Amino acid sequence: MAERERSHSRPLGGVFVPHSQILSAADVQRALTRMAHEVAERNGGLDEVVLVGLQTGGVPLAQRMAAVLNEVEGESVPVGTLDVAFYRDDIGLRPVLPEATTDIPVDLTGRDVVLVDDVLFTGRTVRAALNALSDYGRARSVQLAVMVDRGHRELPIRPDYVGKNLPTRREEMVDVSDEGVSIGSLVDR
Amino acid sequence: MTAGSAAAALTAEARPSIGPHLLSIDDLGRDGIAEVLRVAEAFAEVERRAIPKVPTLRGRVVATLFFEESTRTRLSFETAAKRLSSDVLSFSVSNSSVKKGESLRDTVETIEAMGIDGLIVRHPSSGAPHQVARWAERAHVINAGDGWHEHPTQALLDCFTVRQVLAERAGTEPAGTDCFEGLRVLILGDIRHSRVARSEILAYHALGARVTLAAPGSLLPPSLEGWPVTVATDLDAALAGADVVSLLRLQAERGSGAFVPSLREYTANWGLTRRRVELLAEGAIVTHPGPMVRGVEISGDVADLPVTVATRQVTNGVAVRMAVLFLLLGTDGPAGAVGRDAGGVEVPIGAGHG
Repeated sequence: MAERERSHSRPLGGVFVPHSQILSAADVQRALTRMAHEVAERNGGLDEVVLVGLQTGGVPLAQRMAAVLNEVEGESVPVGTLDVAFYRDDIGLRPVLPEATTDIPVDLTGRDVVLVDDVLFTGRTVRAALNALSDYGRARSVQLAVMVDRGHRELPIRPDYVGKNLPTRREEMVDVSDEGVSIGSLVDR
Repeated sequence: MTAGSAAAALTAEARPSIGPHLLSIDDLGRDGIAEVLRVAEAFAEVERRAIPKVPTLRGRVVATLFFEESTRTRLSFETAAKRLSSDVLSFSVSNSSVKKGESLRDTVETIEAMGIDGLIVRHPSSGAPHQVARWAERAHVINAGDGWHEHPTQALLDCFTVRQVLAERAGTEPAGTDCFEGLRVLILGDIRHSRVARSEILAYHALGARVTLAAPGSLLPPSLEGWPVTVATDLDAALAGADVVSLLRLQAERGSGAFVPSLREYTANWGLTRRRVELLAEGAIVTHPGPMVRGVEISGDVADLPVTVATRQVTNGVAVRMAVLFLLLGTDGPAGAVGRDAGGVEVPIGAGHG
């Protein structure tokens, strides 16, 4: 889930105030292009590749990555969306509600699934996504692509494709949007 | 203002708060109904999966407490609870200590003492689930039908189904509640004894629909004062002017039979026959909460026409009840659990629902 979204929904609340811009919109596009090439290289083409964007921040990135792949490989890859609310391990610790739709357009059995998200932080969203994916079939492999890896992992999860490694302090917020990537903090309204 | 209280304040405005119980449609209001429908849409997707089960309510225990006959409502709730991975206990009066003379209060307290998180109650007396909710200290109570009073989840799944059908026709995704604005809903049948009618009236009215009732005078409630409805004088005209017809069963077990001269006369004057179906406006939807009594309130061939969405209502019932269970039970923590508020301060959670 996009950190911007989470910061604006309960229970955190507050307003995101950017301190510094890390990547411009053009930098994000370059990183996406590189990651798309890496996906094609690593999977030896796109035959079995399915992109799955995590709601909500990963979805536009997955769509943009599919567009790049279409351009460079001349092949269109299926793009799905996944909302992991029902699989989170913090249900009850904080209010968890589905934010958007899940739509997996193909059977994942035997496919190479690339999960796409904007920010990798604790790894708990990815853990939930792995559980959710297993309900859609047995993928041959699941890979993880993130625009920003900000560290502070709480689970043994690592990304396969990274736009930018960005060391952060825990209380900082990272925002990925159409305008690029910025780092900032949450201020009470 | 501390971080914690700021978070609490924002929590309240971010989403409509639902719970701790669902006893009446009035507990939800327009925003609450919209939220249930929104979350139910997410669960409808779960139901279409190869493995239609999510781990969301693992470790929670839900009990169905039915003091009255039911197959579809109980099965629907139990299916919903199981698809959320909660444990389900099924309590029916026929094989319980109620037979030995145990009072409702003692039954509820005994069940609660076992650490039940959700109580789904059906009772022949109006208001019984409200009483159970007053006694319950930790369990969330869901009214699955009380006497002539209310059956809120039925009304919610009716709204969900109507919205789904309307969205399909418009070629859009079901969302929001705008499609109910000005919708003409006709509730036809034994309204006097129907808890479904009372919940439907509240729900459709809250969503902005215009509700009309049609029934023989003896099967209308003794007083309609304060009800946001009009009563149809001419059934044929009312049918022609309806977008949705909610057909109700003649409730023989509540003595409806004594309110009409004969079943045949009821069918002739108030049943949905082939002739009356032809009066319906293009694209009208007929809902029925079930069980249908073919040949009484609906003729056998009409029940199978595509205008009748009863089967779809049953399917949607599971998704809507999953949403209700999730919204009530999924938002407080396991007993004794500790969470962190926005400021990183440890706070006890799930300590009752005050």
